Amino acid sequence: MADYNTMELMICIAARNLEDGATVVVGTGAPCAAAMLSQKTKSPNLCIMFEAGGVAPILPSMPISVGDSRTFHKAIMASSMPEIMETCQRGMVDYTFLGGAQIDMYGNINSTMIGDNHAKPKVRFPGSGGANDLASLCWRTMMMTPQDSKRFTEKCDFITSPGYLQGGNSRYEAGLPLGTGPYRIITNMAIMGFDDETKRMKVVSINPGYSRKDVQDNCGFELLWADKISDTDPPHADELRILREEVDPYRYVIGR
Amino acid sequence: MNMSVQLKSGRNELFTDPDPDKAREFFRHKSRAMKSKLSTPEEVVKTMVNDGDYIAIGGFGANRIPTAIVHEIARQKKKNLGFAGHTATHDFQILVGGECIDRCDIAYIIGLEARGLSPNARRAVQDGKIKLTEWTNATLSWRLKAAAMGLSFMPARNILGTSTFEYSAAKEIECPFTGKKFAAYPALYPDFAAIHVHECDIYGNCHVYGASVSDQDLAKAAKRVVITTEKLIHTDKIRQNPEGTFIPFWCVDAVIEVPYGSYPGNMPYEYFSDEAHIKEWLTAEKDPEEFKKFYNKQIYGTKNFNEYLELNGGIEKIKKLRAQELLLDLGNGGKK
Repeated sequence: MADYNTMELMICIAARNLEDGATVVVGTGAPCAAAMLSQKTKSPNLCIMFEAGGVAPILPSMPISVGDSRTFHKAIMASSMPEIMETCQRGMVDYTFLGGAQIDMYGNINSTMIGDNHAKPKVRFPGSGGANDLASLCWRTMMMTPQDSKRFTEKCDFITSPGYLQGGNSRYEAGLPLGTGPYRIITNMAIMGFDDETKRMKVVSINPGYSRKDVQDNCGFELLWADKISDTDPPHADELRILREEVDPYRYVIGR
Repeated sequence: MNMSVQLKSGRNELFTDPDPDKAREFFRHKSRAMKSKLSTPEEVVKTMVNDGDYIAIGGFGANRIPTAIVHEIARQKKKNLGFAGHTATHDFQILVGGECIDRCDIAYIIGLEARGLSPNARRAVQDGKIKLTEWTNATLSWRLKAAAMGLSFMPARNILGTSTFEYSAAKEIECPFTGKKFAAYPALYPDFAAIHVHECDIYGNCHVYGASVSDQDLAKAAKRVVITTEKLIHTDKIRQNPEGTFIPFWCVDAVIEVPYGSYPGNMPYEYFSDEAHIKEWLTAEKDPEEFKKFYNKQIYGTKNFNEYLELNGGIEKIKKLRAQELLLDLGNGGKK
């Protein structure tokens, strides 16, 4: 296998999915690294936004908080949380990235709790933060996550952020804006999209070193498969160089 | 869209009253006088925060936070407070450490973003010690905005169809113009809010630089507002640049000058967050006994914010954090 780790692979793939001139709201860590890499490779005019108000900063380093001063360093605008969220609600934000403890076949994500008693959860996580807002209001939601059959679950204990809810047209029927929803799930093993009709998760590409069986065995629900499954193009040397030297030289993210 | 379906309601508790006429009645009697509002954290917390109040903290968890007020609430052992957990990180950690909170509107709690989770806050929540109603960052922003506008609710298009909605106190409504389904968020009028700013005059006219989060709406929505400021300025500086006034005097009940007052949080263009000290909190919290000692030393063992800052490195520490914030290379002196 080539000389890169899982985090580097996922970040490189995510970066390729952000086109020049698009807008993206990111959090700290891997999503921010992917957006920075995209800017330094194929999409110099990618507009990076942070939910506390930062718009199009020239990031000197990776932020620790989506509201710290790095997120509006030499920025176009240091605005507010309502400003960013209302821009999303108006339909001006193309992409966002989310993470979570659980994801189901419709791309619904749990970052709130494990257990069945909300008042006394077995394990409590921070909750939505801006995740539900971005998943509801941005056009396309992506996720980068290692894949296993616990995380990719039949049923989330709690749906923090909406994917396609119960599939089909249920997302729109619930009242969420038309044409929005999960777009790509990027794991260590594969890249998934979603079926146009059923809105179920569908494998489109398998990463180097993994088989169809690996991908299904490490998923807690039945995956759909695209008619033509491609081999994921592994990270290129120039992508890795820029990621390692310019985006994350202290390996805060890619060293995980 | 076919709207013959039943409109749903979130099942959890609404901790505050969204009635705009009750709010108007309160604001009717709030002073509009341009008079000096200078005070101290001790006095403000004693006179403006009551046990059982619902409070909100400005900034963003560990960015531009009014640390002196949060500490003082803990030192005076205020109890049974409601709290707006609007990306609450270090502020929440301090208040939970002092067992001040018994109910919380959650957008984001117990985490400290890229730094990890607060073990003590997590234990408190998992033990069921704090009543929780779920929201999101945008939702709490818009609840404050509804209050800032003097309304009882704000419609929006997020959280529908999720468990976040189910465990909120939101309601679905039908748009009277398009027939589309929206979520309605009840206006949030906190009893008390504390906001840290870059500069402000003795009347409470403020300048803030950098991302403003929800603080302009918070200052309007809250019934009682204290401003802590890096420095006091003359009103002439406000009048020279009236379009720069971030919060006007009539929102503000008290003003306190607290240099470096966001420490250990980040203050944009002034000093970066003290990551080493925040890590000390997270490490101490792993063991409840150890944390009790740590908290006693840091919060109850210091009389005021200056003593706390001194305990953790004082001005020398701030000089390093300032270099970090401004990306200055101080040679050896700039090493962490």
